[in-house]
Amino acid sequence: MINRREALQFLSRRVTDQIVVATYSSATDWLDIIDRPLNYFSSGAMGLASSHGLGLALARPERRVIVLDGDGSLLMNLGTLVTIAQVAPRNLTHLVFQNGTYEANGGHPIPNQGVDFEAHARAAGMRDTFTVSTLKDFEARSETILAADHLVFGCIKIEQGPLGPRSYKEMYRHERRMALREALAH
Amino acid sequence: MSAPGADHVLPLREGAVSGPPRGASIIAQIKKANIEYVLSVPDQHTSVGLLYPIAADRDLRLIRVCKEDECFGIAAGLTYGNIRSLILVQYTGFLYAANAIRGVPCEQKLPMCFMIGMLGKEPGVPATQSKKFGLRIIEPILDAMGIQHTSIETEDDVPKISGLIDAAWRESRPQAIILGGRPEAK
Repeated sequence: MINRREALQFLSRRVTDQIVVATYSSATDWLDIIDRPLNYFSSGAMGLASSHGLGLALARPERRVIVLDGDGSLLMNLGTLVTIAQVAPRNLTHLVFQNGTYEANGGHPIPNQGVDFEAHARAAGMRDTFTVSTLKDFEARSETILAADHLVFGCIKIEQGPLGPRSYKEMYRHERRMALREALAH
Repeated sequence: MSAPGADHVLPLREGAVSGPPRGASIIAQIKKANIEYVLSVPDQHTSVGLLYPIAADRDLRLIRVCKEDECFGIAAGLTYGNIRSLILVQYTGFLYAANAIRGVPCEQKLPMCFMIGMLGKEPGVPATQSKKFGLRIIEPILDAMGIQHTSIETEDDVPKISGLIDAAWRESRPQAIILGGRPEAK
């Protein structure tokens, strides 16, 4: 199993002009590791990170959009896989970090911890999909994640991270959203 | 007296002077407001008169989603990329997506416009006086959420649509457009 923070630290060293959409535990880790205008923290309703990412990918086809989703989050919006597969934006990478728990909500298990997200993505119509469970394999996929010219879905098997309350106040600041909008205007 | 969030609109007239709204007129207004994407779950109320014509229109890009709350995530991403979209759902879909509407356009103060198909609404009867419970509660819920709303009952009401969309973008807020009259396919 992969340590999510280590995977995100690796990704943060290689990210350039990509828009990164993160949610819940991935978001708190990502913001702690790398604070940049092209971060977008999905808020408002759990499960919609990939929908936000799809909208951004359509709006800015010249930039790659990387969604850092959670397994509990994705389960709340499984239909998004079908919607995204139908639209198939060439500049979208949808990663789901699977630890089998609602980590941000106390660590309760998700229904069926063994659910195969890659199989769901393939059945939805996505063609370039993968599942990795070691950091080495994750690193080997970095070129695809960051710079593919087609829709990519990846399931990252991770250890459960720290439980406990998280503060989202900083990441959801209005100024942060305006900085993203400003960055996308150029 | 109009509802708290209702725009100043002409009162409903007995006998529907100008007839039901025409799909072609609504589409012309959508284009006038520079809408590029339409995000929708099919609805009997708008299916023939509006959604099929939108699907066939080369100037509009239709994204068919699996569930209504996806629309609000996708629209948010498009909005941050400065691309205008219109959401088209039935009133039941609006009710389903209430949490996404609360969290995305309301709390983030985003210019997001959505049309609500009022399937089964009696012609000439205000929605708040409908015999159908689901229809009666729509406007009070919009008011409780602080969302401005306008009813489109007849063809005479249609020319308002582009102005409503422009105003929502100018003021960065959500706008509901309630399709009380069933659009006709002409």
